[in-house]
Amino acid sequence: MNLARASGVILAKELRTEFRSRELLGTTTVFVLLVIVLFSFTFNPTSSESRRFGPGLLWLAFLFAGSLMLQSSFLREQANDTLAALRLAPIDPFSILAGKMAANFLFLLLVELILLPVFAVLYNVAILPVLAPLLLVLALGTTGLAATGTVFSAVAAQARLRELLLPLLLLPVLAPVLIASTEATAGLLRDPSELSGVWLTFLACFDVVFLTAAWMVGEYLLEE
Amino acid sequence: MANGAQSETLARPVISAPSVTLVFLLLAAASYGALIWAPTESTMGLVQRIFYFHVSSAWSGFVSFILVFIGSVAFLRTRALKWDWLSVASAEVGVAFFTIVLVTGPIWAKPVWGIWWTWDARLTSSFLLWVLFVSYLVLRTLVDEPERRAMVSAVFGIFATLDIPLVYFSIWWFRTQHPQPVIGDGGKLDPRMGWVLLLCWAATLGVMALLIRVRYRLEALRAEVDAYRMESARNGR
Repeated sequence: MNLARASGVILAKELRTEFRSRELLGTTTVFVLLVIVLFSFTFNPTSSESRRFGPGLLWLAFLFAGSLMLQSSFLREQANDTLAALRLAPIDPFSILAGKMAANFLFLLLVELILLPVFAVLYNVAILPVLAPLLLVLALGTTGLAATGTVFSAVAAQARLRELLLPLLLLPVLAPVLIASTEATAGLLRDPSELSGVWLTFLACFDVVFLTAAWMVGEYLLEE
Repeated sequence: MANGAQSETLARPVISAPSVTLVFLLLAAASYGALIWAPTESTMGLVQRIFYFHVSSAWSGFVSFILVFIGSVAFLRTRALKWDWLSVASAEVGVAFFTIVLVTGPIWAKPVWGIWWTWDARLTSSFLLWVLFVSYLVLRTLVDEPERRAMVSAVFGIFATLDIPLVYFSIWWFRTQHPQPVIGDGGKLDPRMGWVLLLCWAATLGVMALLIRVRYRLEALRAEVDAYRMESARNGR
């Protein structure tokens, strides 16, 4: 079975698992909503203030959400002892990682798409005029988050205190994504015609670097 | 491993006397150069002298982190635990050097900028780098089985080192108020200052090499003890 097809099968399995239990998406959505509400106490959310702080708080909320949500990606396999079965399958080990990355990307993007309008309404930020470029920023930033997060989820699953460990590993590595996504989003909110090519390129570079790294370490990471 | 034999690692000397002497002499010369021989900087005064050790510690810290990367890649390729020992030794030494950077920086900044800390590009990225590798060390403490620990920390070590340039570029574009580097700018830099900086770098590199060597040996001894323990458990003692 080739890589793409094997990843597709894993992706389908992840999606099926999630849509049968529906626990991950709901919980994460509520968590991000909570962070967005709590952040309103840290500054005076008028329209101009929101444009300054809003993008940062939004991305920070997404990053936190990712670092909590991605835990279960490998923990679930471990709890049910299904990772060994996956490994036995005659497929490239990277396809397991790739399938999970794609699933996590979709989950995170879905949560973001649900909460973006909520954020816009609560913080009085106009996102409709910049929706298309904003989606591009979301997609690029989330790719980086899902790529590193899935790998680190596999790393943390092998350690003690894993719930605490994953954010600790993930957040410092994702600092460049936070900066780039926040800056790109803030630029769009300041001036709808301004799409920062520098930050988009940067996000794309980040994604390429870590997807490649994940591809190179994937086979080692999943072996027993 | 030979049964009941004297430990091979213990039998070898920790570090050779000539290398210790060399590093000691380098350190002495560097201190003399930084504190006495180099001219006092005209606007910042004496406090600028901390720079020689501040900058050279940062450079040596970088070298250590590059060694973490080399050790991690080599471990994944060869599965030889000695590469993992190199990684952990280098990571600890690198964190130590960056701690020096983060402590000497504010000591310099307070009299010159009037504040201990500012979220400027280089400070922020050094801080983030330090946090990255502290995370690496924390990860290591949370995995007990040596092979598994070596594997997961090699993966994280590779990711963390790949992140270094990205951290630097992103923060660089994000904010800059740090004094621009004058190295290679020629012109206003007294040549003695450049020489002293290089000398300090040589000295800190020497210290780095010695520390990594000692720490590596400690890790090798630990592995040896573990092996003996497992052997005696197998023999039912």
